[in-house]
Amino acid sequence: MKAASLLRWESMLAAVLIAAFITFSSLSPYFLSVDTLSDATFNFTERAIVALPLALLIIAGEIDISVAAIIALASVAMGLASAQGVGTAGLVGIGLGTGLLAGCINGALVTIGRVPSIVATIGTMTLFRGAAYAVLGDRVLKDYPDSFATFGQGYLVGPISIELALFVLFAILFGVFLHRTRWGRSIFAVGANPVASRFSGIAVNHYRFALFALTGLFSGLAAVLLTSRLGSTRPSIAQGWELEIISMVILGGVSVWGGKGSILGVVLAALVFGLTTFGLGLMNIPGIVLSIFTGLLLILVVAVPALVNRR
Amino acid sequence: MSARPLHFSDNARRDIAFAVLTAVLFLAVTLAFPGFAAPRNLAGLLDDTAILIMLALGQMLVIMGRGIDLSIAANLALCGMLAALFSRAWPDAGVLPVLVLTLGAGGLLGACNGLLVWKLRLPPIVVTLGTMSIYRGAIYLLSKGAWVNENEMSREFLAFPRHEFLGLTVLSWLSIVVAAAFIVALQRLKVARDLYAAGGNPEAASYSGIDPGRMQFLAYTICGAIAGVCGYFWVAKFAVAYTDIALGFELSVIAACLIGGVAIAGGAGTAAGVVLGCLFIGIIRSSLPLVGISAFWQMFINGLVILVAVLLSARQRQFKRTILEARA
Repeated sequence: MKAASLLRWESMLAAVLIAAFITFSSLSPYFLSVDTLSDATFNFTERAIVALPLALLIIAGEIDISVAAIIALASVAMGLASAQGVGTAGLVGIGLGTGLLAGCINGALVTIGRVPSIVATIGTMTLFRGAAYAVLGDRVLKDYPDSFATFGQGYLVGPISIELALFVLFAILFGVFLHRTRWGRSIFAVGANPVASRFSGIAVNHYRFALFALTGLFSGLAAVLLTSRLGSTRPSIAQGWELEIISMVILGGVSVWGGKGSILGVVLAALVFGLTTFGLGLMNIPGIVLSIFTGLLLILVVAVPALVNRR
Repeated sequence: MSARPLHFSDNARRDIAFAVLTAVLFLAVTLAFPGFAAPRNLAGLLDDTAILIMLALGQMLVIMGRGIDLSIAANLALCGMLAALFSRAWPDAGVLPVLVLTLGAGGLLGACNGLLVWKLRLPPIVVTLGTMSIYRGAIYLLSKGAWVNENEMSREFLAFPRHEFLGLTVLSWLSIVVAAAFIVALQRLKVARDLYAAGGNPEAASYSGIDPGRMQFLAYTICGAIAGVCGYFWVAKFAVAYTDIALGFELSVIAACLIGGVAIAGGAGTAAGVVLGCLFIGIIRSSLPLVGISAFWQMFINGLVILVAVLLSARQRQFKRTILEARA
């Protein structure tokens, strides 16, 4: 029943992806080359890596608006540590650790503090981004060791960047976890009906806490990749990304009411998002115009099923 | 939910406690820096907080009806650009057409949100996330990415909100009038009671003949109209219009509502509380440089205040809940 409609949604995304592909390759002679397409992946991999755990969180009926602020906080932590002479391995540890800690704070607020997740993460978003500004002010940190640049700028084999490889790896892991394990089933159950889930013996709050922690950890990972790619940290780093990441997840067919969604959909949405941004960029159309399309698409995604169901 | 009268006395108690807290903060800053309480400084503080107060009151209506308006700042920016372009095209038209234009355009943009939420029952966060992007993009299309600068706006256009009357600017007076109107209207008007009911328990409200969706539509439209006219004030105050004005300001507005005690689950909140929330933020903002803390700490402090406020109100709610009740 629901599986069939989801499948339709994903095939529609795939069709959009192919259409975008054909359109851009016919409009720009530079589009259809391995190097260009390899460059294009940098446009979305960092965001998409955060979209994976966020999809799980939204399926579980929660939301995290603080992801971009966590990226900024983790990036500042790494920048400060690097200025103290910490090596590359240490920096990665600090980035991931900061993300995990921030995610645990969100999780604790929602489970122990019983604050609705949208309010809690609006608060921590302000807090984390505020901490980044408070510590850094108008300064820029850019004393990163040379080897640190590998994560965001390096390639695994040929045109496949380390970022892309990581994204593919985690997409598969998340897909298997969500759709093939007991824990994944429980996540759907928690999102569809938390009270019934609690009665049937699922430790709902443990799932919530773990998913917030996971989202924080992956925001930390995105911070490592982004900081490594840019080679510098400003407190405004990744500003506005939370909305793009959430858009990606919803565009992927994940229901904001919880209980519905698939990793395949999120991956396809990430590809559509990245390809379209890059393609329009090639055609000298500014990103802000693209945001009109993203906004319309986002509303259409939820409006079309609502219109159909009304009949 | 059933104990309605108790609910309101809770609200009143919270407002009084928060008023005392704000007064203590104000006194503490004044004791340390006597110049802070100077009429000139206070007038400046109100002028700087006026737009936030009006926007937060509009946002409060939306949140009370179980919605949220993330597009409020984009709406403001779009209407601000409209106002600036209007002033550039017809410099001699005066202020009245600008006010009508921005109120109308803002109301229309808000009504779009409201219609989608009401008629299609779409989730408010997704709708306003979408319209936020669309409205921002529309500014770019409208202005072709260019800035409208001070010298392109008419003198009257710039001067109106800054005009002083009894020591306060027109903008400050407007925020006082709007706040007073909200305080009275929310207590006296039937439609306001309906909105509280619709947000508090939509099902029960619809059984008693209230359409919760229609209430949301009204809230979004009013909120949009306020955002629109604030767009003009924003552009006139800062004397420039471009695509990114007030970027991210929606979160400050929502923060002010949360600090002011508006429940994100709907059905609860007072205009007085929201005004106090805005003043609280305003006092902190204007006292930071006095205490010698860099303005970069403002956001961090806001975050702390929001978290303390929502944790406290979550703790209060907890006593009224059964163990396994679904969370809002």
